[in-house]
Parts: sequence; structure tokens; C-alpha cells
Amino acid sequence: MDYAASFALIAPELVLTISGLVLLLVAAWGGDKASRMISIAAAVSLGGAFALAAPAVCTGATGLDTMAFGDLFRADAYANLAKLMIFAAAGAVLVVAPRFFTGIGEMRAEYPILVVFAALGMSIMVSATNLLTLYIGLELNSLAAYVLAAFLRDDERSAEAGLKYFVLGALASGILLFGMSLVYGFAGTTNFMGIAEAVQGDLSTGMLFGLIFMLAGLAFKISAAPFHMWTPDVYEGAPTPTTMFFASAPKVAAVALLARVMMEGFGTQVDAWRQVVIAAALLSIIIGALGAIGQTNIKRLLAFSSINNVGFILIGLAAATVTGISAMLVYLAIYVVMTVGSFVAVLLMRDAEGNQVEGISDLAGLSTTRPALAAVMAMLMFSLAGIPPLFGFWGKFVVFEAVVQADMLALAAIGIAASVIGAFYYIKVVKIMYFDEPAGTITGEGDTPHWALLFICAAIVSPLGYLLTPWLGELADGAAASLMLPA
Amino acid sequence: MGGFPILSVMLLVPLIGAIVCLFLDAKPARVVALATTMVNLALGIVLWANYEIGGEQWQFQEYHALFAGFAYALGVDGIALMLIMLSVFLMPICIGASWDAINKRVGEYMAAFLFMEVLMIGVFAAQDLFLFYIFFEAGLIPMYLIIGIWGGDNRIYASYKFFLYTLLGSVLMLIAMFWMVNASGTTYIPYLMEYDFAAEAQTWLWLAFFASFAVKMPMWPVHTWLPDAHVQAPTAGSVILAGVLLKLGGYGFIRFSLPMFPDASAQFVWLIWGLSMVAVVVTSLIALVQHDMKKLIAYSSVAHMGIVTVGLFAFNVQGLEGAMMIMLGHGLVSGALFLCVGVIYDRLHTREIARYGGLSINMPAYAVLFLLFTMASIGLPGTSNFVGEFLALAGIYQINSWVAFVCTTGIILGAAYMLYLYRRVCFGQQVNDDAAAMPDLSMREYLLLGPIAAAVLWMGVYPESFLAPMREDIAWLDERLAEAEPASDANLQQVAAAEGEAQ
Repeated sequence: MDYAASFALIAPELVLTISGLVLLLVAAWGGDKASRMISIAAAVSLGGAFALAAPAVCTGATGLDTMAFGDLFRADAYANLAKLMIFAAAGAVLVVAPRFFTGIGEMRAEYPILVVFAALGMSIMVSATNLLTLYIGLELNSLAAYVLAAFLRDDERSAEAGLKYFVLGALASGILLFGMSLVYGFAGTTNFMGIAEAVQGDLSTGMLFGLIFMLAGLAFKISAAPFHMWTPDVYEGAPTPTTMFFASAPKVAAVALLARVMMEGFGTQVDAWRQVVIAAALLSIIIGALGAIGQTNIKRLLAFSSINNVGFILIGLAAATVTGISAMLVYLAIYVVMTVGSFVAVLLMRDAEGNQVEGISDLAGLSTTRPALAAVMAMLMFSLAGIPPLFGFWGKFVVFEAVVQADMLALAAIGIAASVIGAFYYIKVVKIMYFDEPAGTITGEGDTPHWALLFICAAIVSPLGYLLTPWLGELADGAAASLMLPA
Repeated sequence: MGGFPILSVMLLVPLIGAIVCLFLDAKPARVVALATTMVNLALGIVLWANYEIGGEQWQFQEYHALFAGFAYALGVDGIALMLIMLSVFLMPICIGASWDAINKRVGEYMAAFLFMEVLMIGVFAAQDLFLFYIFFEAGLIPMYLIIGIWGGDNRIYASYKFFLYTLLGSVLMLIAMFWMVNASGTTYIPYLMEYDFAAEAQTWLWLAFFASFAVKMPMWPVHTWLPDAHVQAPTAGSVILAGVLLKLGGYGFIRFSLPMFPDASAQFVWLIWGLSMVAVVVTSLIALVQHDMKKLIAYSSVAHMGIVTVGLFAFNVQGLEGAMMIMLGHGLVSGALFLCVGVIYDRLHTREIARYGGLSINMPAYAVLFLLFTMASIGLPGTSNFVGEFLALAGIYQINSWVAFVCTTGIILGAAYMLYLYRRVCFGQQVNDDAAAMPDLSMREYLLLGPIAAAVLWMGVYPESFLAPMREDIAWLDERLAEAEPASDANLQQVAAAEGEAQ
């Protein structure tokens, strides 16, 4: 493997690394005054990385040609599809962040740079085919994320969110690392393909422990129940653009990573991890749904909603088939759009002075005072609940279709029945916006970038989104097929 | 009809109307909505006129393959045609009923109704399994908003209950659909109707579909969402709920459960009969003690639907024809009854039966029409429901006389509660001054109730117009069910006689 080819494969990561470092220097000299320019430059570099990652997705790249640095890193269609989602979500954060932070006088040049580094970390995560690359990517992402959570340093809730995320995130990283060391000890290699060879036949107890610890560590990162405790607090406390980021991009990265480890590394031991994934999936769906019911803060509600959605994503993984992985990717793509849309809508909830409003009760009667915002929000809620003809239904559709094809009917029946519980709080939000008397707190105006972003999300979530399905399905199928599953 | 995609046009017209209404003020929105529904009614009449009786089983077919094996497939047989006609007929009446009664957010209201129309026509015309599901399930959203925004005092509870009940019912059906597509390799409903699923699988599939249709129908004991939804919904919402949405359950049984899972249908026949018998008797008794007019009619709907299910699961032509006729007749009659309630509710703003009395004195025209629909609900010969109930009971009598006996009791009870209602509202002394001062029907109300009255009498006097398009489809279904038909009283005697001879 020559280095030139390897560097060509990591072109998106190179772009992000270089632009991140250069922008850091610009920030050091330019100070916060340069923050606007840095935001734009960061968004451009994410766009560049997006463009560089896209071809591999379209061609369904797989096999030896996608391996870089002796298979430490793989730029196959699977990884690159996840990267596209990550870069798009990160870009959306950069669109909304300046207005939010300038509004409270806290805009700093570091914010876009941290987003770029977090995106770089995630990009490495999804491409990792080695436990070490995996860990480097994960930690790069996490370290940037801790700072992003605590970015409002004068705000107690933000500081608390950052600290909580850091302590629990470090614990989870420790658990993951412990699992990885056990896997390495028993397999004798850190490469996923090597692990796959080592776990043929019966699984040794040590290896099983390693597998379970790794699962637990990664479950924390995707906030799957029962490792979800941190999610509502961090989502509530962190600045809203950061919450939007946490709810979208890292979910894609960690889920894609988890699926790759399980399918490529432990693909012959499906029975060992499937039950854990099923348990986590069902628990997430149920806890995510029940926990959301009593919430009064919209960000906490969306936190539980993300836990709920992770459950459905894991159901796709539990199928442990190529179709299941493809369904999971389709769900993730739709989920990212719905999440970004919901948070943009939350960001548009401002009172007359332009301050953020986060109470669910403040939404009361929004349909009479701000009909467009309410209509989009209602669409997003019905879509998250998976009601046709909105596009969110399609995500649930493909996931459950894959599970039924894998002949796991009980899981499908329980999972879909549990999804009805979730519908309750989504339609509660609609009820508050449409049936209640206006509270009149949300009067502030939005600006063009927000509305443009919201409009794009709304268009995709609306029935028009189905026009994307052939294309999305093709990309996801190609991506899922590019995984090198052990025979 | 050549290649004119009339079904797509019928979906498109209200869809465009709905989107336009969203951006209009009250007055133009009403006009646009009425015009749209009238256009669709006209298209429906064209559809019926061009439907070739005795022609191909599926007519007006449209097929466009979409992604992943799905298709945008539309087409109607006689059964679907009749239900589409019911929908397009009731829609302008619903818009008319909301003309003055709805004053807030009129544009959105009209849009919600027009969306409902799209979805209802779509459900009956869909020939792709998942297309059907999307139309079937999407109806929840506009109905939820109609009940929740324009409903009565307790509308929030009713809207939640409606939404969650029906959603829980339908999601299991989706899983069953995945399994069916996986096993049969097609999503095309006409193929699936002829596909023979393995007997054990049929049991589970049937139960999953049953969960959905029983809630929609609604069958006892999952009917409790209906009275709440009806009472809280605005008049037009009740009309559409009783007139068309309740028919989705029956349509589901006749389109999916019976032809696709005939063996399981035979296996579960006692479950259906049992629940239906309970429904007919118990809900009739409940209706007898209601103080709220809408609740009374809602419970009567559950009772009538019990006779529909019994007719469907009689496994013979009379039963099936009867069930279809009750569905059509009940759609008209219960819709009209809700309109009658709406007429006096608009004047006095109460549905309490005791607040009225002696209306035949000050509202004679109203009393006459109300009497007609009361009699039709009871099933008086000459009205639509008589035809349906007679056929359904004749059908079930052939197979089990006890079930027929219990269901007939329900009809007697039906006469009791409807006549009791009518006596308290229209006859007797004028005890309430404000009720006595109410003016008789306005021109608009004549125009709403008149066409329904004509249709009810037409169906009662010459049901052949309605039965003819469905005859071949019902005969086909009967043939499909022939092998699975459970042993009836008559069959048992023959079997016993045969055994006796053998000995």
C-alpha cells in the first residue's frame, strides 16, 4: 500500500484537519472578530469534505481499493455515506450557531473550529477498521464535544452539561477501552478482519466479556437505554446548536461504528450480540417514549425522542443482515433531517426580545400566532411518530421490513406496538400548538438561513420526501453491501 | 373511459383544493371546498356511469411501478366503487353542514376535510398493499385535528383516544403486511386476494389484520373511542366518521381478511359472531339509557356494525350483500341522523335530549325528515337499512340460527331506542320555551338532508342499482370462501344424515 493512494483515500479528513488547524491560527490572531469569517470557512471546508466523500458513495466503493494505511482506515461506500450525513449535520449547525451565540453575546471563534474537529473525529470513527483508529476518532470527537457542551462558560446549566458529559463520557470510554483490550488480548489483533478470523467457532468467555463491554461503551455514545441517563440533562443544558449537533451527527457516527464493529468484527457471532442489541433497542424505545411524556422542556423532550429513535435504529442492526444495515442507514438519514428540522424549529422559538424559549407550554396556540412554524413543527412531530404519509414513516417501514425478512416477528411486533407509546407525546406537542389557547410568548422573528434550513427539512419530511426513496435506497444498499462481512 | 386516469384525478382534485384552502379566508375557502367536492361528486357519477357491470373485476386500473417493488396501483371493483360513491356523496354535505357552524380557522378546517376525502378515496381505490396502508393510516392526522381543534369541550381526550386506539390497531397490520409480501413476493392486492397462504400463518395474519379492522369498525369491546370521538367532533366530523371511516373496517374485512385468509376466517368465525352478538345487544341497551343524542347514535352505530360483521362472516352471498348494503345504508342514515342532531344543536347548543321536546309542533318539516331517518335506522321496509339487515340476517340464518336470533333482538332494541329518542325530541309537550321557539329547517338544511333522504328511499325501494355493480365481486368472494365455509346447521344435518345412511 503506497502512501499516495492512502492519502487520496483520506482526502476528506485531510481537508478537515488542515482547515481546522489553519482556522485555529486565524482565531489565535484574529480573535472573536474573525468568528464570522471562520464560520464561513469552516462550512466551506465541510462542504469540500462532503464533495470529496460523495463519489465513493455513488460508486459503492468497496474492497481492497478502499483500504488506507494497511487497513487501519477504510473509505468505502458505507463509511462515506455516514460521512455525508455527518458533514451535512455539522454544516447545519454552523448555519444556526452564529445567530444563537451572537444573540447572547457569546460568539467565539473556537466554536466552528470545534465543530470541524468533532466532525473530523466522527469521520475517522466511521472509517475505522481497527480498534485503535476507532478509539482515536471517538476521543477526538468526544473531546471536542465536551467543550461544545460547556461552551457557555457563564451559564451554569451549560457548565453542568459539559461536566456531566465529560465524566460519564470518560467512564464510557474507559469501559469501551477495557472491552477493546480484552478483545485484543483474546484475538491477538486489533484489526476487525483479524478479529473476525479469531472469533470463528465458539466464543471464549474473555472474548464475550470484551464484546459486551464494547457494546456497553458504544451504547453510551449513541445514548441507547440503559446507558441513556446523561442524555436529557446534557441536551437540556448544552447550548441549543450544540444539542442539535449531539442529536444528529454523533448518533450517525456511533451507530455506523457500532454496526461496523458488530458486522465486520463479530459477524460470525451474531447470536452473541443480537440479544444485547434487541434488549437495548426495546428498552430505548420504551424508555424514550415513557420518559418523554412528563417533560416540560422541549429540548428534554427531543432528548427522549432521540433515545426512542435510537431504539428503532438498533432494530435495524438487530436484523444483522445487509438489508437490515441498509434500512438502518436509511433511518439514520431521515432521522438526521427530522432532528435538524426540529431543533431549527426550537431555535426559532424566540420571545419579543429575541431570547430563546424552551418550555413546551410556550408553544400553546402557536398555530394561530405563527402558523408556518406550527405547521412545520407539527409535520416534524407526526413524522417522528412515524405516521404516513410523512417521510418518517419510511424509516420505520424499511427497518421493520428488514426485521420481518430476517424472520424476527416477535421483535417486530413488540417494537412497533411500543412505537405507539411514543406517538402519544409527539401528538401532545401538536395538541399544544393546535388545540390550546395562545400563550403569546413566541413572537420573535426568524432570519433567512433558519427558515431556509427549516424549509429544506420540511420539504424532505413531507410526502415529497418519497421521491428520494429510490435514490436513498440505492445508496444505502450500496453502502451496506460495501461492508466486508466475514464469510 | 379510454386511458383517462379518473381515479388519480379524483385524488388530485381535493388535494389541490385542500392546499388552496389553507391559504384562503373563511368565505372563499367555503366556496372552494364546496366546488371541489361537487367536482369530485360529478367525477364519481362519471365513474359509476362508466363502470361496466359484469365487465372485468377490476376497472379504471392505473399502474405505475415505483421503487422497491411498490407500485402506484389504483383500480376499483364494485365494492370499492360503491364505497367511493358514498364518500363523494357525503363530502359536499359535510362542507354544507359546516357552512355556518364553523367560524374559526375555516381555511384549515376545509383543508382538513378535503385531505380526508383524498385519503378515503385512496383507501378504497388502492391496489397496492402499502399504498392502502398509507392512505388508511394517514387519515388519523386530519381527523385528529378536526376533533381537536373544532370539537366540543372534552375534545382533547377524545382526540387522543381516537388517535392512539386506531394507531395501535393498525401497526400490527403493517407487520403482517411485511410478512405477506415476503411470503408471496408481491404487493399487488388482486394477486394477494388469490394467493393461498399457509394455514398456520393465516391465523396470525388474520389476527393482526383483525386488530386493525376491529378497532376501525369498531367492534365491542374496542369501540369505546367511538362515542367519545363522535360526541366531541363537530357535526360534519361525526358525519364523515360514521358515514365513511367506520366503513374502513368492514371494507378491510371484505378486501383482506376474508379473501386473503379464508381458512383463518372460518377458524375465528365464533370470535366474530360472539363479539358481534355482544355488540348488538349490549350497545343497544347502552344506547337506550343515553342522555346525549350524539352518544346514542354513536352506540347505535356500534350495534349496526355488529350486524355487518355477522353478515360478512356468514360466508354466503346474502350475508355479504347484506353487509355491504348495511354499510352503505348506515353511512347515509347515521350521517343524516348526526346532521339532524346538528340542526337542533346549532340552534340551542346542547345535545341533551331532555332540553328538547315537542319539536313536531314548531319544526314540522324537521320532524318529518328526522322520522324518516329514524325509521331507516330501525330498518323499516322501504328504506335502505331494511334491505341490508334483511339480507344479512337471512345470510346468517342459513348458517347459524342462534346467531340470527340474537342479532334480531338487537334490531328490536334498535327500534326501542330510536323511537324513544324520537318521542322525547319531537313529540310530547313543549316543556322548554327556547326549544319551542326554534325555527324550522332553513334552505341550506333542506339541501343537506333532502338528497340523503332521496338516496335512502332509493336504496330501500330499488336496491338493485346498488347491488348490481357488487354482485359479481361478491359472487367471486363467495366462491373463494366456499372451501373454508364452516359447517352450518343445515350442513350439519346433512352430514348427520349422510353418516346415518352410512351406518
